[in-house]
Amino acid sequence: MSRLNDTNIKLAHEVIARYPRPKSALIPLLHLSQEQNGYITREAMQHLGELVGVTSAEVYGTASFYEMFKFEPVGKYLINICGTMSCALMGANELMHHAEKKLGVKAGGTTPDGVFTLAHAECQAACTEAPTLQVNYRYRLRVTPADLDRLIDNLRDGKLNDEFPPHGVLSKVRQSIDATRAVGAKAPEDVNESPAWLDGKAAL
Amino acid sequence: MSKTYVHAPGFVAGDRPKIVTSRFEFADSYTLERYLATDGYKGLRGALSRPANEIHEDVKSATVLGRGGAGFPAGTKWGLTPQQVWPRYLVVNGDESEPGTYKDRLLMERDPHQLIEGCLIACYAAGLSQCFLYIRGEMALAQERVATALNEAYAAGYVGKNILGSKFSVDIILHWGAGAYVVGEETALIESLEGNRGMPRLKPPFFPAANGLYGQPTIVNNVETLANLPWLLTHGVAAYTAIGTKTSPGTRMVAVSGHVKRPGVYEIINGTTTFRDLIYGEEFSGGIRNGNSLKAFVPGGGSAPWFTQDQLDLPFEASQVGPAGSMLGSGAVMVMDETTDIPAAALTLTHFYAHESCGKCTPCREGGTWLERILRRVVEGDGTDADLQQLLEVGAMICPGAFPHAANEKLGLTAVPFPYKMTTICFVGPSAYAPVHSALTLFRSEFEARVKKRVTIAVTAVAGVAANASVSA
Repeated sequence: MSRLNDTNIKLAHEVIARYPRPKSALIPLLHLSQEQNGYITREAMQHLGELVGVTSAEVYGTASFYEMFKFEPVGKYLINICGTMSCALMGANELMHHAEKKLGVKAGGTTPDGVFTLAHAECQAACTEAPTLQVNYRYRLRVTPADLDRLIDNLRDGKLNDEFPPHGVLSKVRQSIDATRAVGAKAPEDVNESPAWLDGKAAL
Repeated sequence: MSKTYVHAPGFVAGDRPKIVTSRFEFADSYTLERYLATDGYKGLRGALSRPANEIHEDVKSATVLGRGGAGFPAGTKWGLTPQQVWPRYLVVNGDESEPGTYKDRLLMERDPHQLIEGCLIACYAAGLSQCFLYIRGEMALAQERVATALNEAYAAGYVGKNILGSKFSVDIILHWGAGAYVVGEETALIESLEGNRGMPRLKPPFFPAANGLYGQPTIVNNVETLANLPWLLTHGVAAYTAIGTKTSPGTRMVAVSGHVKRPGVYEIINGTTTFRDLIYGEEFSGGIRNGNSLKAFVPGGGSAPWFTQDQLDLPFEASQVGPAGSMLGSGAVMVMDETTDIPAAALTLTHFYAHESCGKCTPCREGGTWLERILRRVVEGDGTDADLQQLLEVGAMICPGAFPHAANEKLGLTAVPFPYKMTTICFVGPSAYAPVHSALTLFRSEFEARVKKRVTIAVTAVAGVAANASVSA
């Protein structure tokens, strides 16, 4: 079953309610679905479509635009090695070759045991710390081939489980808005007045 | 004295005014406790005790320039919303992904409350009734830090209903992206926030300030831009404009990466700091690695045309960098030393933009791919000299007319000023061409040395006709 489970359905409704239009919640819900299942399935897209009121084709239309959504299983650890200019200038290609040899798969491939997927990535916004990589979107900076060997060994031995949750889990902290504190979202057509604080006087 | 901190990798502090990085020295700078102990939410309190339009005037007169790339003044942008159309929204652009750029992520990870306070001040001043904070998908730690900070701020009464007990109420909704460079473009960001494929919209009519999220007036501001507001409101306009120059006041975050001794992220004084300071200055990057010499540098993110040593003395001032043939963009300097393989370096960028093209505009979708394929052929040694011409012709389909480039004394080139003309909606297409054009213009001999020379054989050779046959005919 790859529909959202009961806990996640509850979460999904909370997220949807934060937006003036339900479809805005689609990308957050796709992340939630990927967190639950590790990747995005057809059944999941059907379910998300039901939740936000669009067809599953529309869900796929959105999901397929974004690099992070995977439509088939990937390794428990997705290793993205940055190859854009600043990293390339500091040896990213050499690092990638080393990783390919160490893991025995080419960029884009998954190891037969399903633990690692190796991928070429674009700029990771850590350009001064080149070359960089991310494991499940968490950084390792100024990576040498020896660092990479150690990282892969430690990941395989389960020594870094606390730092790197399995692929699909992104932020470990969610935003939660207490109902008594929330202003609440309204559809734009239901708002016709200027905000209360624009009355020409100080708010405090 | 320059200082670095284990908890803020890349950041280098110096003896300069700090506006957005003032808390980076503290390991716990992201907590509400530390924030409140260091003037946190003071700017907001000050703002709320004055009418909203006065705060807007402050931001206008301080000329807070947008830090996302275009450099448009934030106060002016806020004023472009149509009168009496409600609701209006704030969308925060935290989708930092321009090659070479590393600043917004630091600001989100190290000082999320500062960003939140900036969002609140913007919403108050411009009458924006809901805020969406869009963080790039690949930044798990930034998402965690901002989520934690928002939860704390809601609980403490700084965000949500009746902020600080006043009549000001606004929700800030944390939203994650999912990996698409083009979503950093403001109209694409809005599409993405509506749950669609992140493709840019045509401007006009879709200028976000008039017709943005859900068709409503929407202000899209960069993370660093908003992070300036708490300091501005706490210390006042005069203190802000006392730093930097009249047209580029304040500071800005700049990342220097590549072949320098000490790559780093610096908060520099806007308008006066030069590229020479940044690349060679002891308090900044300290010169080129291994005593090598500078070959070229990208002054403002992967999209910017390249500079060489001839432009080192230009300051961080848009009105000087534009006429010199490039742009300041998002505060990203990438340095190449003499050992750099220029065609291969250009390829990394062209590959990036070709890969990130959303596919909406044909010149970008097709042209970017063509540029990448031809350039790759040249880099791998399979190109011909006709390919070099072809690169320029494909580029002219994306950007017709003269393309900006820097002056070069040795090559006898005079500058072609920024900006360019473009046949695409957004800057992804032209950005695929910029590195190719710069590299070919400034380092043509490196390309020529790589291409196979076409050997011209007279067509009559097979028939064995003498070379002077045409003379007799």
